[in-house]
Amino acid sequence: MKLHEYQAKEIFAKYGLPVTPGVVVKHLSEIDAALKTFPTGPWMVKAQIHAGGRGKAGGVKFCKTEEELRQKASDILGMTLVSPQTGPEGKIVKKIFITPAVDYVKELYVSVVLDRVSRTPIILASAEGGTEIEELAVHKPEAIFKIQIDPLELLHPYQARQLHLRLGLPPEAINQGAKLFQNMVKVFMELDLSMLEVNPLVVLKDGSIHCLDAKVEFEENGLPRHKEYAAWRDPDEEDARELQAAEHGLSYISLDGYIGCLVNGAGLAMATADAIQHFGGSPANFLDVGGSASQKAVTQAFKIILSDTRVKAILVNIFGGIAKCDVIAQGIIDAAKEVGLSLPLVVRLEGTNVEKGKELLSKSDLKYSFATSMDEAAKAVVAATKAGVKS
Amino acid sequence: MSVLLDKNAKVICQGITGTAGLFHSKACREYGTKMVGGVTPGKGGTEIEGFKVFDTVEEAVKKTGANTTMIFVPALFAADAILEAAAGGIKLIVCITEGIPANDMAKVNKILKGYPDVRLIGPNCPGIITPGVAKVGIMPGYIHRPGKIGIVSRSGTLTYEAVWQVTQLGLGQSTCIGVGGDPIVGTTHIDAMRLLNEDKSTSAVIMIGEIGGSNEEEAALYVKKHMTKPVAAFIAGTSAPPGKRMGHAGAIVSGGKGTAKEKIAALEAAGIVVAQSPGEIGNALLEAIKKFKKKGAKSEKPSKKDKKKKNKKDKKKKK
Repeated sequence: MKLHEYQAKEIFAKYGLPVTPGVVVKHLSEIDAALKTFPTGPWMVKAQIHAGGRGKAGGVKFCKTEEELRQKASDILGMTLVSPQTGPEGKIVKKIFITPAVDYVKELYVSVVLDRVSRTPIILASAEGGTEIEELAVHKPEAIFKIQIDPLELLHPYQARQLHLRLGLPPEAINQGAKLFQNMVKVFMELDLSMLEVNPLVVLKDGSIHCLDAKVEFEENGLPRHKEYAAWRDPDEEDARELQAAEHGLSYISLDGYIGCLVNGAGLAMATADAIQHFGGSPANFLDVGGSASQKAVTQAFKIILSDTRVKAILVNIFGGIAKCDVIAQGIIDAAKEVGLSLPLVVRLEGTNVEKGKELLSKSDLKYSFATSMDEAAKAVVAATKAGVKS
Repeated sequence: MSVLLDKNAKVICQGITGTAGLFHSKACREYGTKMVGGVTPGKGGTEIEGFKVFDTVEEAVKKTGANTTMIFVPALFAADAILEAAAGGIKLIVCITEGIPANDMAKVNKILKGYPDVRLIGPNCPGIITPGVAKVGIMPGYIHRPGKIGIVSRSGTLTYEAVWQVTQLGLGQSTCIGVGGDPIVGTTHIDAMRLLNEDKSTSAVIMIGEIGGSNEEEAALYVKKHMTKPVAAFIAGTSAPPGKRMGHAGAIVSGGKGTAKEKIAALEAAGIVVAQSPGEIGNALLEAIKKFKKKGAKSEKPSKKDKKKKNKKDKKKKK
């Protein structure tokens, strides 16, 4: 779960990481209140969306006067921001963050992420802040420092001091810098984050170090431990169908195509989408009803797929292990009846109780075609959509 | 012979009084696995469906001689269950639980370094099976058949798909290892490939990978340098968009890294035959075996099944 900058900064402040406070504004009428809190400029107006690259896309503005602030705020609120991280459709800005502008002399980059190779959290840091780390990794990898973190002992003070100096930060601020890096790691581990990023981290005129931006991503698996933050989820920033699916214990991801998929197990679900693509179709979604695929889950899954108007045909691919094919078949029949299914449906069942499942399907008045292998199923569903287009 | 799991395995289940734990303990016992009991703190001294229940792993090991565990403990407590098993004297830990926070696993990984003779499989995995001998996990036993093909995979049902295709070809499996779909797992593809390479009862290997991380690329390097057996593979996630977590916590393309395209290229560069669609896994295996024989590598004694294999291969050629 991603957070907005203003939310991340609230967490930072709690952990003693230096941030500039600000006010969140959802409507222009709230600007007067913001000005009461921060009466003197200059200010920064920052779009609050779950994507990086906001500055270059025009979502972050410096304002000297009150008039300018009001103008920029009205420009940014409601605009569609397109950055490399939002995708071509962009994101509508529904909140802005107004914060006093900070004068600084140097920009750096710092993040904490999990490194799958070393199987430990690591700090990634660079004295060349302000740019995207991915870009830097390609063009100037030697400018990125990578420090492995002991997951039990966290960042040792000596590692933090070393990093401070290697980044060329002011030697007189070594203790402040070291504490700051240690605290970043502490936040990362204590809150079960999957990412913490400060880009840029800046050196102020007085030589102190300051977090100008803050990005935090909670790992979904750890979130049940942090209920107070789980409530911070912003539904505006997430796919409605993905949220609805998650509520029912389904894993759903929206894709760009037109063939709805219902599969049990993540690996098989991914492979099913791949097979559709391989045979010339395009999957509308990834949907894993879970290894055990209950009847209720199947019904819910059908509803979610059908709420997507792009869907022209549906492929059900179930490999019954724990899940029994007859139970799934009954789920399909009931769900199809309940939602009034009229789209072409291809069903592939294999595994436990497959014969019983087939029998149930053939005795029902459900319209479907049956496939005996994965490839056959994918080909059939792709053919069904092509036939649909012609007619 | 087999890898990691043989007839000497004495298995307990941590979380045996839960619905899933009990269901699968019974299924394992029916398959022939020596299930010697289970652990649920607070329920020690009781019995459930013929399984003795203990309060701690240590006690279970002392009383039953267990050397293997299957973990079904809920996600937020599962890391502790893994550590308890290692400290309690268990040598093979199979953690089925899905949803363990990655930072918990980073800690577990560090602590397990103090137990060099303990092997962890998973978490978030279907488990391990040596067909006809024993299974420790949630896979349906009947789709397997004793044989010589080793299978390594991160996923559950996609592994069953591969197993099924192998069985349909008239071949069987030596050992199937589901290494798990999380970013940090105890046994990686490369570990599993090494074990299967060294295993005399395995004659060829299917490796199933997916987007995210670089475990498949590392395994490919190993295959190129050391593997003395034919290898076929499939990588799931060609159609996955970047930045999205495809069900498995580990299945995510981030910063342009870990794409299916990259992985497939690395695998092919190592001489592995990669199936282009998931329905082609069985055929990719046959092709890998054929290619390997052509290269003049010394093959093991032909088995009874080779004739059958050949027929299928011919059929495929005609296609």
